[in-house]
Amino acid sequence: MSDPTPAAAAPAPDRFAQFAAAIVDAANGRVTPVGALPGELAFDVEADVIVEVCAALRDDPRLRFEVLTDLSGIDYLTYGRDEWNTHDATGTGFSRGVAGRYRAEAPPADAPAATTPERRFAVVYHLLSIEANRRVRLRAYCAPGEPPMIDSVVDVWSGANWFEREVFDLFGVLFRGHPDLRRILTDYGFIGHPFRKDFPLIGHVEVRYDPEKRRVVYEPVSIEARVLVPRVIRDDHRYEAALSARSAPAAPPAPGKPNG
Amino acid sequence: MAEIRNFTLNFGPQHPAAHGVLRLVLEMDGEVVQKADPHVGLLHRGTEKLAESKPFNQSIGYMDRLDYVSMMCNEHAYVMAIEKLLGVEAPLRAQYIRVMFDEITRILNHLMWLGAHGLDIGAMTVFLYAFREREDLMDCYEAVSGTRMHATYYRPGGVYRDLPETMPKYAPSKFRSKREIDRLNEARAGSLLDFIQDFTDRFPKCVDEYETLLTDNRIWKQRTVNIGVLSPERAKALSCSGPVLRGSGVVWDLRKHQPYEVYDQVDFDIPVGVNGDCYDRYLVRVEELRQSNRIIRQCVDWLRRNPGPVMLDDRKIAPPRRVEMKGDMESLIHHFKLFTEGYSVPAGETYAAVEAPKGEFGIWLVSDGANKPYRLKARAPGFPHLAAMDEMVRGHMLADVVAVIGTIDIVFGEIDR
Repeated sequence: MSDPTPAAAAPAPDRFAQFAAAIVDAANGRVTPVGALPGELAFDVEADVIVEVCAALRDDPRLRFEVLTDLSGIDYLTYGRDEWNTHDATGTGFSRGVAGRYRAEAPPADAPAATTPERRFAVVYHLLSIEANRRVRLRAYCAPGEPPMIDSVVDVWSGANWFEREVFDLFGVLFRGHPDLRRILTDYGFIGHPFRKDFPLIGHVEVRYDPEKRRVVYEPVSIEARVLVPRVIRDDHRYEAALSARSAPAAPPAPGKPNG
Repeated sequence: MAEIRNFTLNFGPQHPAAHGVLRLVLEMDGEVVQKADPHVGLLHRGTEKLAESKPFNQSIGYMDRLDYVSMMCNEHAYVMAIEKLLGVEAPLRAQYIRVMFDEITRILNHLMWLGAHGLDIGAMTVFLYAFREREDLMDCYEAVSGTRMHATYYRPGGVYRDLPETMPKYAPSKFRSKREIDRLNEARAGSLLDFIQDFTDRFPKCVDEYETLLTDNRIWKQRTVNIGVLSPERAKALSCSGPVLRGSGVVWDLRKHQPYEVYDQVDFDIPVGVNGDCYDRYLVRVEELRQSNRIIRQCVDWLRRNPGPVMLDDRKIAPPRRVEMKGDMESLIHHFKLFTEGYSVPAGETYAAVEAPKGEFGIWLVSDGANKPYRLKARAPGFPHLAAMDEMVRGHMLADVVAVIGTIDIVFGEIDR
């Protein structure tokens, strides 16, 4: 299977490589290239230098990454783990995927030892240079510990304000130096960070109107969580060539993928 | 002497000009806005989290419901992200169909915007005109996918099915005379392509009509010129995209600069504003209506001349045809696997963006090799635009807030996700 052609506007590969080198140069070598699809640029950045690197990429005359297209968070807690377990399969079969196995804080007993990746949360920056007509994706892992923290890039791009509020709301990442770090998408008074992988899909509370108290009340969820289609990871030989062509796996360092 | 202090005003979430469920906390000094603090999230459904719990194909329908007035463009970004990770490309005919429907969607969206924006700031008539044409385009959606809005028409590897040979027609009813029914059905006698071609023939005249109502209208100009000015530098720093960015004079359109599908094969221009005010953004969008019409026409011509497959012939991604399943065991298995477990997408991550009517709509997709996305992030164009609103309305009067809300073309389905 052939690789997709790089973004049609991408010029010759040598200029692509030159541009990638210019990014490393502008960032003073503080970025590490990671594997990406052809035509895409992706780098890992240490969290403590993220603001300087971002400012450098924005101001370098060769790069001019003036637009922060997107900023989002990711939780690598269950990366590379599937829900399909054939060890305790019953004869009837159907119970295998019914309860989402990795939704709870407590992983099942047969889960691999490295259940919590060393570096769990990352903030990902999608930058766009209108002048150079290029995109780049930066990823910075928050230091381990709760709550995860990282410096805010609001001073570099004003547009980061709401994006960072969203990541704070959904993942609980604190942004140092953010002028107005409030929840943005969830309800007033919401508890928890819903996009974390250990936050169940159905949530913790449900809401109803109580006619006796004559107000809206919050109660623990009464329905049982279930998974209709279990998550399965298949080793697919069709993609082996394409995957090995990507220099380094885009996966985080030690997810402990049990792939059976 | 009474103490003078700022007044806090709640705007929405039930305000007709709030375009859905925007709650805006305005700090007013008399009639002048000092600070605007939009509270969003009232329509938050956790689309991205839901997508993590479903096989890839089952989330396409959710994408329609993000920006629910430009449905197919959202699907397009999602489907493109999956295709990039799978390393496949849709057949050429499917790409033309996608481009055509992206542009139909753009017209749908801009007509909705034009009507609602006009209504917000006092122009009643244009709403009725805009919805007349929207109806025809909704029929195109219906003809091709069976639904008028939430189409789920794009699929990884192509589109759900080829363009139909017949158009749905108006049935006789006691509310319409036979003559009127015949007039309405006149353009619907042929195939979908005939209908779209007929639409492209008469649409430029319709745009002229809207322009007669607004472009030189004194009241319209008073309400929009020099309102909500955004300089190109600030527009870039605030992550603006699409017509908002172009209205400020930045020449940037993904269809031209990072062309996807067959946008490099069609001929069109991108309008750019000068002053970055509401009026310029209006002009940009109206011109985009005309340019979209041009693109649609070129696609119609191409599609007439070039029949062919609209879906990949790869049974690991695309389901087999019904007829095949009747007699072929393997097809049946493929069908069963695809619609229960789905397909696994090789590990990796990608960002795919389309020039949606409101700006850059992007999907960041992370896969760990499973049959469900590991993480999906929708980059909604309206989100940074609404964030920029505070800066755009400061120092303006309360009535101008409505003009600014209208001009950034917000839809809460995509902002709250």
